[in-house]
Formats: sequence, structure tokens, C-alpha cells
Amino acid sequence: MTDTQASGWDVERARLTVDALARLPGALLPILHALQDEFGYVDDAAIPLITDALNLSRAEVIGVLHFYHDFRTTPSGRHTLQLCRAEACQSMGADALVQHVEERLGVAMGETTEDGAVTLRDVYCLGNCALSPAVMLDGRLHGRVTSERIDAILAAAVETTVEAPAGSPR
Amino acid sequence: MTTRAYVPRDASARSVGADDVAVRIAAEAHARGLDVTIVRNGSRGMIWLEPLVEVETIAGRVGFGHVAPEEIPALLDAGMLEGRGERRLGLVENIPYFAKQQRLTFARCGVIDPLSLDDYLAHGGYAGLTRALGMTGDEIVTEVTESGLRGRGGAGFPTGIKWRTVLGAPTAQMEAGQKYIVCNADEGDSGTFADRMLIEGDPFTLIEGMTIAGIAVGATQGYVYLRSEYPDAFRTLTEAVAIARERGYLGTSVAGSAHTFDLAVRLGAGAYICGEETALLESLEGKKGVIRPRPPLPAISGLFGKPTVVNNVLSLATVPVILERGAAHYQSFGMGRSRGTQPVQLAGNVKRGGLIELAFGVTLREVVEGFGGGTATGRPMRAVQVGGPLGAYFPTSMLDTPLDYEAMAAASGLLGHGGMVVFDDTVDLARQARFAMAFCAVESCGKCTPCRIGSTRGVEVIDRIIAGENRTANLELLDDLTTLMTGASLCALGGLTPIPVRSALQHFPEDFSRTIVPTVTA
Repeated sequence: MTDTQASGWDVERARLTVDALARLPGALLPILHALQDEFGYVDDAAIPLITDALNLSRAEVIGVLHFYHDFRTTPSGRHTLQLCRAEACQSMGADALVQHVEERLGVAMGETTEDGAVTLRDVYCLGNCALSPAVMLDGRLHGRVTSERIDAILAAAVETTVEAPAGSPR
Repeated sequence: MTTRAYVPRDASARSVGADDVAVRIAAEAHARGLDVTIVRNGSRGMIWLEPLVEVETIAGRVGFGHVAPEEIPALLDAGMLEGRGERRLGLVENIPYFAKQQRLTFARCGVIDPLSLDDYLAHGGYAGLTRALGMTGDEIVTEVTESGLRGRGGAGFPTGIKWRTVLGAPTAQMEAGQKYIVCNADEGDSGTFADRMLIEGDPFTLIEGMTIAGIAVGATQGYVYLRSEYPDAFRTLTEAVAIARERGYLGTSVAGSAHTFDLAVRLGAGAYICGEETALLESLEGKKGVIRPRPPLPAISGLFGKPTVVNNVLSLATVPVILERGAAHYQSFGMGRSRGTQPVQLAGNVKRGGLIELAFGVTLREVVEGFGGGTATGRPMRAVQVGGPLGAYFPTSMLDTPLDYEAMAAASGLLGHGGMVVFDDTVDLARQARFAMAFCAVESCGKCTPCRIGSTRGVEVIDRIIAGENRTANLELLDDLTTLMTGASLCALGGLTPIPVRSALQHFPEDFSRTIVPTVTA
């Protein structure tokens, strides 16, 4: 659900995660979410664990993994910044904001900065449409975002990388 | 005596600093030796005022808008905790934006502590369930049917009729006669946030509505399919479900009755198509969100092949008030065949954006001008998109259209989930039309050709029109393509994407001919 930092692939932890959820009805999405929450992405080595636990084919699991925009198969940056590109945010200058961030970080949407600090992702609606434009950094929502505010938000996040447990804004 | 101060925990309020405000009020009060209890309520829906702090006084709750943490010491000096100071907005419930609404579904949202079941009970919570427990399933379904409630997710299908089908669905040959209640909380439309606000501000209402639905049709298990873009709503709802279970309102013997009902919250994974009910069911089953052809209806063969009620958050969250006050009360609001209230979400380039719950029949103008107060940028308003990415772009000349399912359809638009996105005069409707096709291309599940291929071809044709390439022929081609998509797509994504495109073409043709086509000279 939220974007967590990759904490190193570990097949045993992955197996525990898969097995803990395998008995849920329709368990595949909960399992993929849990793996991504734990490792920051879904490693290819997790696929056989899932096919075994759920009695699915490799094609079925990979099909689902690639169908949904949320799931990633490679590690992301330490922080993930999602910028809303949908209509309400467009009406308040989201495109200009995206351009500003891309220029500032020197990467395009969908890419990760060279130092691995920030991954930029498109998102279509964060449900903060009365306070557009909106962005979400590591699961934390921000509204009425200007280019000055986004610079400050990013600077604060990158500085506090060590103590910031990404995805747990409380 | 302790003073109660309310600082919303709603994601929108938090997105502009509500957490820091709450922390700062607590710290300042402590430093001054003042006894203050901070309640993290939901949002009142006056989102443009967030963070909106309320202080309880003898006269009622006094509001202070746009509070920034660094202002707290000065606000306390000026008597904020006694409801005084220059920045006071008066009693929150007397602010015209709020006072003019008819709050039924959102009656408790922003008022109570969303995670206090006692608060919920003290404000009429579970009165609907209590009444439902004394009725037969058939009587409950009749009550919902007579209320006139129609699906608030966008399709506007009568909720009671859907329930009737599931109630009557044969289950004898099926294992344990299992039926399901599925709540569609995959609120993907841009410009909408009512589901999120309700879940974050009054989650027990949704839980109660689903419980009543379960008892009515004989389902013992519910699922809420919540979009992953709403982490705050996920936390609040998960916690509320645990509280309801612990207090005996979910599980075996619901509220001490002989009924069993429990529910689970599941997360989506960023696919817009999963807001379509059959794609949602596929996703809940752990598959790709590819739509299912209908028939069979989900009411007959839904989740895991069992009879399933699939309703939007707002439809289910409206059920408790219908049961509590009776179908006639709910039915007394509205116009024509649109009964009750619609939570309108006013968003985008608007001065006063927020959630406005109104009886059907109010005009778009009353909402965007009366409540919204014009654009945020101060420039002239040019277009309002009503009903999300699949809704029409209306010019300001059409703002006298009433908010009503049939009137919106007659204007070649749709009400959808009730979102309204305002644009000022810098908007380029040709670009918006192109975006509608591009969005459809990205989000198409790929099941049917008109949507999968048509949307990509749509982007290309619009590009050629914008570039001034064979404009007349390409406009004809686009008309042909949108007609095909409307008639031949399997679901609403491909079927309704033509609506924003056609409305842009019809009402804003000048935006499609900005490029001057060079005339060839010999």
C-alpha cells in the first residue's frame, strides 16, 4: 500500500509472509501487497513461493503482478513521490508542478534519481481534489502544493532518511 | 473543567498541516497549565478552511479556519480556547456553506470522534440496525426500495431492486448458501473524495450499512474493496472494524441477535478499472481486474460465483439513516426519480472546495458559484467537468442544469459519483479531450476491442485534429469512433470515455481549431 524502503530480499521472510496469508480467500493481492510492504518490491524469487502456496501457474501470478500499477518488480528509491496527474490537479497547475520536480531532480516521471534517493511516480487521484494540486510522499498526503512547498517537502524527507520509517506517517 | 478542541484527522486536513496544529495546541496548552482534550474528528467538508479547528463552548462549537501551527500561541492569547479572537468564524454549524446543506449520509462526519463507538452510539449510531433487527429481510429490502435510494457510485441503479435480486437468489444448491456484501470503495474518479471522507470521518456508518445489507439479504460476509491511494482511510476503517468486532457489532450474534456478519478490508492496487463492479470482483478473487461480461449479474453470480450485493460506500452508508428515520423521510428529499441527497464534491480550480450534501434538484450554478465562490485563481470560470473522468465538460452557459440523474443524462452528461471539477479560462478543452482518451488507453483492462484499441486511436485522431491535419475528415472519424465506443464497449470505461470527448467538441469547438492550417499557394 504505502511505499517502503527495500530492506533486502530474504527468501525465508518472504515464505513466512506468503504462508501467513495463503489461506485468505482471494489471497494473491494481499500477498503481493505484503511482499511489497516488506521488501519494497516483489522479487522474482517470490513467484515460485506464491505459485506453490496458492496452486497457481507462474503465468497467472506474473499476469496479476504486471496488471496493477502499484506492484513493482525492481527496488524503488528510498523515497517515493507520487504526483497526481488527474483532472482536478490539472486544473490547478499539476503539469507545471511535474515539470518543476522533473527539472529539479533531473529525472522523468517513473524514474529514480541516480543516488537512489527519490522515485517519481504518476498517480491518478489521491482524493485531495479540493486542495489541488496534491502529492503523496512515502504514503503521506500533501495538498495545495506549490513548487516552493514541494522543494521543502523533498528536502526535509531526504535529510531525515535515516530516521524516517517510510510509509508510517504517524 | 476540560476544554475540548477538535482538529480533524481527515487526510485532506492532514495534507495541510492538521497534525502539527494538534501537536502544537497540546504543547501550548500544557505549557500554560490549561486542561485541553484534543479530539481528532473527521472533516466537516469545508475543506477550503482546513485545518479547521473547533473549540467547544457553551453556545456550541466555534471554528477557526486555516490554522497554522506557528499561530497557535497568538490564537491562545486571543482567547481561542474560549471561542474568542479575531479569527473566529462563529459557530461552525452556522457557517452558510454548512448551514445550507441537508446532511443525512454525512450527518455525523466531522461531528464525532470517528473511532469512538460510544460517540457513534450517542449520535444515533446503530439505531438503524436496531430497527432492522426487528424486521424480516423482505421488510428491510422494501424499506430501502421505498426510500428511492439509487446507486451513488455513478450508475444510479435502484439499491433496493439489487438487494431484492440477491435476497431471492437461489442458494440451496450452493455451499452453505453463502452470499456476499461487497462495498466498492475504489473511488478512482478525479474530483471525488466523499467515500474517503466518510470512511475517515464516520466509518461505523459504513459498517452499520453493510451489516444491515447482510441481514437483509442473508449474507454473512462482507468485503470493503478500498483503493490503495487512501492509506489513512485504510487505517481508520481497519481499526473501526476491529472495534466493532470487539464490541459485538460484527461476528457471530451481531448486537446480541441470531445474525452473523463479519467483514474484511481489502486493498486495491492502483487500477482505475477495478471501480467497475465485475473487475472489482475479479480483483477481490485475486485475479487481474478484467471485467466480466454480463449476464450473469453479480447479484446472481458475483464474488466466488455467489450472489453478491455490490454497492458504493455512499449507498451503503445511507442505509442506516433510511432505517433509522424511515423510507418516507429519506424519500421526502430530492426531485423526480432522484430521491434523497447527493454528496457533491466540489474540486479543482475553485475558491471554496469541499463536500456539500444537498437534496437532488439544486443547479450546478448554485454549487459552483453559490458554494464555490468562483475560481481559486480568480480568473473567469470556463468549464465544469461533472461526474469524474467519464463525465461531460459543461460550459458556464449550462450551469442551470439541475443536479438530477435524468436531467444530467438529458444534457448528454452524467452525475457519476458527484464530483465537480472547475476549470478557469486557461483550460484547453482539446487537451482535456485527448487526456480522456489517453487515460482510457492506460486504464483499459483490454477485454474488449472498442475500449482497448479505440482509446489509442482516439488519442491519435485528436492529435491530428489539433495539428490541423485533414480536420473535417478526422472530426468525422472521431465522431464515428466515439459512436462505436459508446455502443460496443463491454463496460462504462470504454462506453463513457466518449462523453468528455464529445462534450468538449460540442461546447468548445474553438479549442480544436487553434492551429492555423497553412493554405497552399501555387
